[in-house]
Amino acid sequence: MSHSRRNAWPYLFLTPAMVLFTLFLAVPIGYTVYLAMRRTRVSGLGLGKGARREVFVGLDNFAAALGDAELWHGWLRVLGYGALVLTVMLGLALLFALLLDSARVRLARFSRIAIFLPYAVPGVAATLLWGFLYLPSLSPLRDVLDVDLLGASTVTYSMANVAVWGGTGFNMLALYTTLRAIPRDLYEAARLDGASELQIALRVKIPILTPAIILTTVFSIIATIQVFTEPTTLRPLTNTISSTWSPLMKVYRDAFVTGDLYSAAATSIVIAAISLVLSLGFLRVVRDRAFEEG
Amino acid sequence: MAGLTTAPAAARRRRGGRRARGAAGHRPWGVAPTALLLLGAVYCLFPVCWVLLAATKSPSELFSTPTLSFGTGFLSNVEQLFAYRDGVFWLWAGNTLLYAGGGALLSTAVSAVSGYALAKYRFPGRDAIFTVLIGGILVPAVVLAIPQYLLFSKFGLADTYWAVLLPQILHPYSIYLARVYAAAAVPDSLLEAARIDGAGEGRLMARVALPLMTPGMVTIFLFQFVAIWNNFLLPFIMLGDDGKFPLTVGLYTLLAAGANQPALYNLILTGAFLSIVPLIALFLTMQRYWRTDLSSGAVK
Repeated sequence: MSHSRRNAWPYLFLTPAMVLFTLFLAVPIGYTVYLAMRRTRVSGLGLGKGARREVFVGLDNFAAALGDAELWHGWLRVLGYGALVLTVMLGLALLFALLLDSARVRLARFSRIAIFLPYAVPGVAATLLWGFLYLPSLSPLRDVLDVDLLGASTVTYSMANVAVWGGTGFNMLALYTTLRAIPRDLYEAARLDGASELQIALRVKIPILTPAIILTTVFSIIATIQVFTEPTTLRPLTNTISSTWSPLMKVYRDAFVTGDLYSAAATSIVIAAISLVLSLGFLRVVRDRAFEEG
Repeated sequence: MAGLTTAPAAARRRRGGRRARGAAGHRPWGVAPTALLLLGAVYCLFPVCWVLLAATKSPSELFSTPTLSFGTGFLSNVEQLFAYRDGVFWLWAGNTLLYAGGGALLSTAVSAVSGYALAKYRFPGRDAIFTVLIGGILVPAVVLAIPQYLLFSKFGLADTYWAVLLPQILHPYSIYLARVYAAAAVPDSLLEAARIDGAGEGRLMARVALPLMTPGMVTIFLFQFVAIWNNFLLPFIMLGDDGKFPLTVGLYTLLAAGANQPALYNLILTGAFLSIVPLIALFLTMQRYWRTDLSSGAVK
């Protein structure tokens, strides 16, 4: 008797998660797809009852999103910004993780905590700090750097710097904890074979880290494509960032400023699809290369 | 020679700190790694130190004194900030604590119970449920934001505390982590023994499993707490009434209102400083619980 009674328990334990999943994930996704395939049709002057009707338009909104020049400019900006952020942030994260793990470093604990610290600073606050540091009237950086850090040609770099500052420590710690889990005698063996610290890092540590690097890269790609907080927060401080600087900012504008929910829904699905394609594409390229080498 | 010690000695050296590392310093490139790391540390600490200094300056000092010196206006800045719009900053701080604390607690509870069920029971549909829940990781926040807002509007819940709290309870990656922790920390034999002693399944979870999972749950709680505290998009979309704003959205509105009025800069900078102090304090005290080997999936 106890056995059949026990069978119901796991389902009971999983009920809260499944209910939340249905309400806040499945239903909204379904609703986005539904919205993305509809549009308001206005007949006559759009006055009176029934003049505005919601009709099914199939894939028209997607076609419009793919053909939208403003959106493409956003994609190009995010592509440039993302390439910069990903290479610098993950490069630094890897460098710092390897340095922390090498036996020759002093003040390792202090450095580790200091570099991870920006993780505790919300994106809005981080952008605000750097934004003020970029302001010509306040910036101590202006004493050493004679450029307008919020100008049209520099603002992408300035924004990338905020993302690098905020994200390096987290990725560094992810890679560092993976390194710490590796048995130390593996390095001792390499040292006995005459390998230098640099060779150990390149030939032993980086290959072991590869899965962790791939994982952090994929999550960074997904986060970068959805960039919203930093450009939105920086906007009040400069006129070089448009309200459609990134694709997600355009989704926000369409949905909540111009009130075109249908376009916004279609665009957000396109963003989701592109992040999925890029993540899977990255995984594929990496896997193919791994096979070539192996 | 430091480089050729045996494995146990190397392990001891790691635990014991930097005693045995002196030899490395004699090489010409020996200080380079330390210098590079310290450069990184300075880069990361610099804006935080700068905002600490800037928050101490009165409006006139902000533009007249050297950028890297203390001012005399900290207390009056704080006073002004708390007086701003009848103390709305306090409200934002309280709201943030409610969203982040309440949300992270609920999220941890749901994740722990789900993870435990998935790790410790065999039942039809287990793999399917797990796959479906974990699939949620792949769904970008963008796709959810608009329909979530519309659905909340439909039920009259947009612009309420629930609109920010409820969508952040389910966190697929935390469920995955909880499952990993439960599998590792809760021995089947202990559960069987308790069953033989006549414990019910609910009691078993509450009295045996969850206490064993506590360290893992602390990690999940911390990551959720920071994630919700840092969230901007969801409250930005859901809330219209600034009395319900968390600090992130509040700071944004402060900036949007004051970006062209240098007289308000000291208020904005003091607000930014005060809003990061609690998180940095939490971060430093809970140092040892940040285990990112299992949590590298948390998207910031």
